[in-house]
Amino acid sequence: MKNALVRPDIDTTVARSLAAIAFIASDNAMTQEPKAREPKRLEPLTPPELVVLVQSIAERRCKASFQELFGYFAPRVKAYLMRLGSDMHQAEELVQEAMIMVWRKAPSFDPGQAAVSTWIFTIARNKRIDAIRREKRPEIDLEDPALVPQPEALADGVVEQQQHARRLKEAISRLSEEQAKLIQMAYFADKAHGAIAEETGLPLGTVKSRLRLALGHLRKELKEDVL
Amino acid sequence: MTLPSSHSHGGTGSPLPTNHISDELLTAYAAGTLSEAESLIVATHSAFCPLCRDAIAEFEAIGATFMDELEPEEMAAGSLDFVMSKLDDDEAWPENVVQHPSAQTKAENLDSDVILPEPLRSYVGGDLKDVVWRPVIRGLEEAELSVSSPDYNVRLIRVAAGAAMPQHSHQGLEYTLLLTGAYRDSSGRFARGDVQIADGDVDHQPTAEPGEPCVCLIVTDAPIKLTGPLGRLLNPFITY
Repeated sequence: MKNALVRPDIDTTVARSLAAIAFIASDNAMTQEPKAREPKRLEPLTPPELVVLVQSIAERRCKASFQELFGYFAPRVKAYLMRLGSDMHQAEELVQEAMIMVWRKAPSFDPGQAAVSTWIFTIARNKRIDAIRREKRPEIDLEDPALVPQPEALADGVVEQQQHARRLKEAISRLSEEQAKLIQMAYFADKAHGAIAEETGLPLGTVKSRLRLALGHLRKELKEDVL
Repeated sequence: MTLPSSHSHGGTGSPLPTNHISDELLTAYAAGTLSEAESLIVATHSAFCPLCRDAIAEFEAIGATFMDELEPEEMAAGSLDFVMSKLDDDEAWPENVVQHPSAQTKAENLDSDVILPEPLRSYVGGDLKDVVWRPVIRGLEEAELSVSSPDYNVRLIRVAAGAAMPQHSHQGLEYTLLLTGAYRDSSGRFARGDVQIADGDVDHQPTAEPGEPCVCLIVTDAPIKLTGPLGRLLNPFITY
């Protein structure tokens, strides 16, 4: 199965690393090589710390960094898969496959494109579609020359991208409880909106329009945040 | 009803689509809850549309935020050791490489519209010139595509320049993604990259603009219903 996350553009690796280093220095997050921490550590790692871990896997095949990344993400990915209906055993297996994928695809991770947590979320999501729904995942291929490019420099830099996660969390926390719940259900229901309609007892059309409203609200919050 | 597009942009002269995909559909794609057939529409539209790509990235980040906030589930003992033991095998895993159209192919096809973007290109097995068309009615040809979602019919249609489709309504949802040419119906004009989503409330007769044939990717989850005077007679012969 192909995956849009594969971006073997070696030329940009150096530029990316430099950008990440500049960012990390500016954030005072970490100025030295990551050392192996306790593998079971569950306190949040910061987005820049996570970028450093993935980059040391990509560049030096660093197993200590992988171990740390595993300790942080495996239990979270497992919770996500179980929330979507996998049993303990299946979730465990999918997490293992997803984390091996993280090891293999680390060189294609682009910190200017997404946070590490977002990247791993998409890997776990695709593993799940593949294994449970037995469907292919039609994926946008960012390397495709037929892709219509962005008109101007709309793209965020590494710093903006990695700070985005925090702004997102804040924007979600400002939503009403009902809107936050509705959006959350859109991610944790196995099938698209029909399942939400069933669970809430609302007509499908109502679910869709309320969800659209909630998402519009969230995106507006995020845009205003930038200004 | 035709679902409203959720965002717009004012890029004058840029060949960007003007009819987009709604936020709730983009979210379902980002969450991975959308069927393969509908995902093909969303992903291929997004190849034409940087705005929808941006929105999808945003919705994936939201998914990651929710994942992050779940109460972590402890992994089984030995899980990490098992994964660590597999890491060195990875060279043996074949990497799937997508064949992109070469620069040469692009130059040969002066009309760049015949180049299909991914993921559609992989489903078609090439570009528009590689499609084997089957005539349906005068002015209309089709080619079925295979997806694993059994509840959906996915196909390319080619409407001759200036030809009108039969007047029809829908028993379910009909997604149309325009690949080349343009068509009009009572709700407006649709050109390359545009998406139209129609349901039972839409009774329309899309008509290709003169000049060039109009090729679309169509996904339906139920047969359409011909509603014109002649069409009613043809209903038994239209299988989608």
